[in-house]
Amino acid sequence: MRSYRTTRRAVGLLAAAALGTGLLSACASDDDDGSKSDSGDGGSGKTTITMGLFGTFGFEEAGLYDEYEKLNPDITIKQDVIERNENYYPALLNHLTSNSGLADVQAIEVANIAEVVDTQADRFMDLGKVDGASQDAFLDWKWQQATADDGKTIGLGTDVGPMAVCYRKDHFEAAGLPTDREEVAELWAGDWEKFLDAGRDFKENGPEGVAWVDSADAVYDGAIASSEGKYYDDAGEVIYKDSADVEAAWGIASTAAEEKLTGNLEQFTKQWDQAMSNGDFATISCPAWMLGYIQEKGGTKAEGKWDVAKSPKPGNWGGSFLGVPESGPNKDEAAKLVAWLTAPEQQAKLFAERGNFPSAPPAYDMEAVKTATNPYFGDAPIGELFSASAEEIPVQTIGPKDQVIDDNIGNGLQLIEQGKQDPDGAWDEAVKAVDNALDQ
Amino acid sequence: MTQTGTAVDAPPSAEGGAAPKRPATEDRRQKWRSRRYRWDAKLSPYAFISPFFLFFAAFGLFPLLYTAWASLHRVELTAPTDMEWAGLHNYTRLFEDHFFWNSLWVTFTLAVLSTVPQLLMAMGLAHLLNYKMRAASFFRVAMLAPYATSVAAATLVFAMLYGRDYGLINWVFGLFGVDEIDWKSGDWTSKIAISTIVIWRWTGYNTLIYLAAMQAVPHDLYESAALDGASRWKQFRYVTIPSLRPTILFTVVVSTIGSVQLFGEPLLFEEGAGASGGPDHQFQTLGLYLYEQGWRNLHLGRAAAIAWVMFLILVVIGIVFGLISRRLRKS
Repeated sequence: MRSYRTTRRAVGLLAAAALGTGLLSACASDDDDGSKSDSGDGGSGKTTITMGLFGTFGFEEAGLYDEYEKLNPDITIKQDVIERNENYYPALLNHLTSNSGLADVQAIEVANIAEVVDTQADRFMDLGKVDGASQDAFLDWKWQQATADDGKTIGLGTDVGPMAVCYRKDHFEAAGLPTDREEVAELWAGDWEKFLDAGRDFKENGPEGVAWVDSADAVYDGAIASSEGKYYDDAGEVIYKDSADVEAAWGIASTAAEEKLTGNLEQFTKQWDQAMSNGDFATISCPAWMLGYIQEKGGTKAEGKWDVAKSPKPGNWGGSFLGVPESGPNKDEAAKLVAWLTAPEQQAKLFAERGNFPSAPPAYDMEAVKTATNPYFGDAPIGELFSASAEEIPVQTIGPKDQVIDDNIGNGLQLIEQGKQDPDGAWDEAVKAVDNALDQ
Repeated sequence: MTQTGTAVDAPPSAEGGAAPKRPATEDRRQKWRSRRYRWDAKLSPYAFISPFFLFFAAFGLFPLLYTAWASLHRVELTAPTDMEWAGLHNYTRLFEDHFFWNSLWVTFTLAVLSTVPQLLMAMGLAHLLNYKMRAASFFRVAMLAPYATSVAAATLVFAMLYGRDYGLINWVFGLFGVDEIDWKSGDWTSKIAISTIVIWRWTGYNTLIYLAAMQAVPHDLYESAALDGASRWKQFRYVTIPSLRPTILFTVVVSTIGSVQLFGEPLLFEEGAGASGGPDHQFQTLGLYLYEQGWRNLHLGRAAAIAWVMFLILVVIGIVFGLISRRLRKS
């Protein structure tokens, strides 16, 4: 009896232990894979190039790796993706400064590019001198963002995020607003204030329980993206407190929050995804890359209900770069790959497949971009729409701590949405947090 | 250990003994062998335990000391080898740091909110499990299942349950006519929600510890109490609880240490909040603040100082509990 009970208990314990280790290893296993680049690859003479990415770049999904491997039979490409940049970036810095665990190609987000150029430039190859990479092929400001003062270009641009506004036709119709994308664009052309006016109109006459826009932070991001200045002046000093552009963008976003035109939804959370699928808001700031996201989360439920119109002002939100760490064993092969992936032809393909908008203007004249329409958004001519926006994007001065400042201002706006602070109090909170973060 | 040592240490009774005299080489060999035995007895225990100490030195002590060293410098994650001496600046600035005090307060309230109900429930459950019942081992293993779940998995599920618009908990509340609660943004609601995750994961663990201690309480105590006419409740109150005192203290210490280090739950509770602990920092614990300073704001020196303050807090807690347990033992 006793021994039977003990075995049973032992079996139970074993099962629990197995379950526990299984769960633990499931959580821990995503780290090491692919971070080492073993050239040779089992003696087959192939070179493996590893790509360290975050989010969804879509190279693999668009078939670009396969194509490159076909063109270069001795190359194999592997990618290692971390979902959120906020987790990817500290790890990248860590790998760079300790010079270990780096992939052959590392992606860098635009919010971090200034800091990487400032502090890590000597750890990256100069891609400006690589065959196949030509400065003329890129938007000038995009090229400059990844170029250090001494002229070294540490990353080549992948996509940019020209802005538009996506809107729900069904909700617009219910509120008595126009649904045609030209007329919708007229509603707010040239001024984010007009965007708020339309929102007030919508709040009055629109369907119950549907917010005008998803979040105040997104309104802010849209507004600041379309202004000339941001958080730094040309000398590299932090000036966000006195910047008229920041004040204007904050004014618009905080008004939207205060008047409850926003859905109090934080972007890139489950709640936001669900709201998108259920149509809980009528508009959203739409950089080119957002279209794919809306389509994915909205699914069949929201099919045919979205459309996309010009944003009040053209601007850029997001976009990334690919860099090649100097210490990589395959750096020359990796640089070639980066030059190929960011060449206008490939960028155009990526746009056609995934909606990431090219940072290379020659691509804008290619058929794949020029005539592109998006069936999910009522066959909107997205190629034409975003090309027009991309060419008018103001050249902004970016700085190393843009992301930290941005995050904390977003927090401040949430405080208003949640009714915890009035706009002035929220601004003070945001400033306090930014000061604390930037303080040395 | 020493006893075995001396036993082997005893010199071979060669000279002057009853045994015949041995040749010199044999003698030397004998000496050598005895010396080796002596070394073996003296040193091998150290060799056996050395892996622990080597690992501890490499992964425990060195990081601890290096963190202390780093906390006295201005160090950024962008260049961790460029250290600029800052003296106690990283510590003194914490005193004026509103966010640090906030995180200390959050940590404290979360510790109370999660530890107290957790231990009370564990005590009650252990008491129930202590009765004779069917499938007792099933229940005991089932109690431990949450403990075997990973923090991440549990937190992500709870985060969905506590969703504002489409969460299960608000739906259930809605059936009773309660308005939607924005669990994650509320000051207290977010803390309550996070502490339920902690409670869910750790109650079973503490239950089993209490259960083991209860089963060690001598049965005659209950019998004599029953003879004296004590009810079930009185038996629990006056026999079980006093016998469990050292165990209770142990669980309080372990849970307190766990609460001071609370990190995974608040980090993953709201995806968008990252390390900020919500827009109002309403659930930013010390661990989260450390992480935000080090890996979001890239100030490694400041993060190191926070880590050391957390360590010192734990040392103080350890001393306080040590004193309490000494007093308990005396009484």
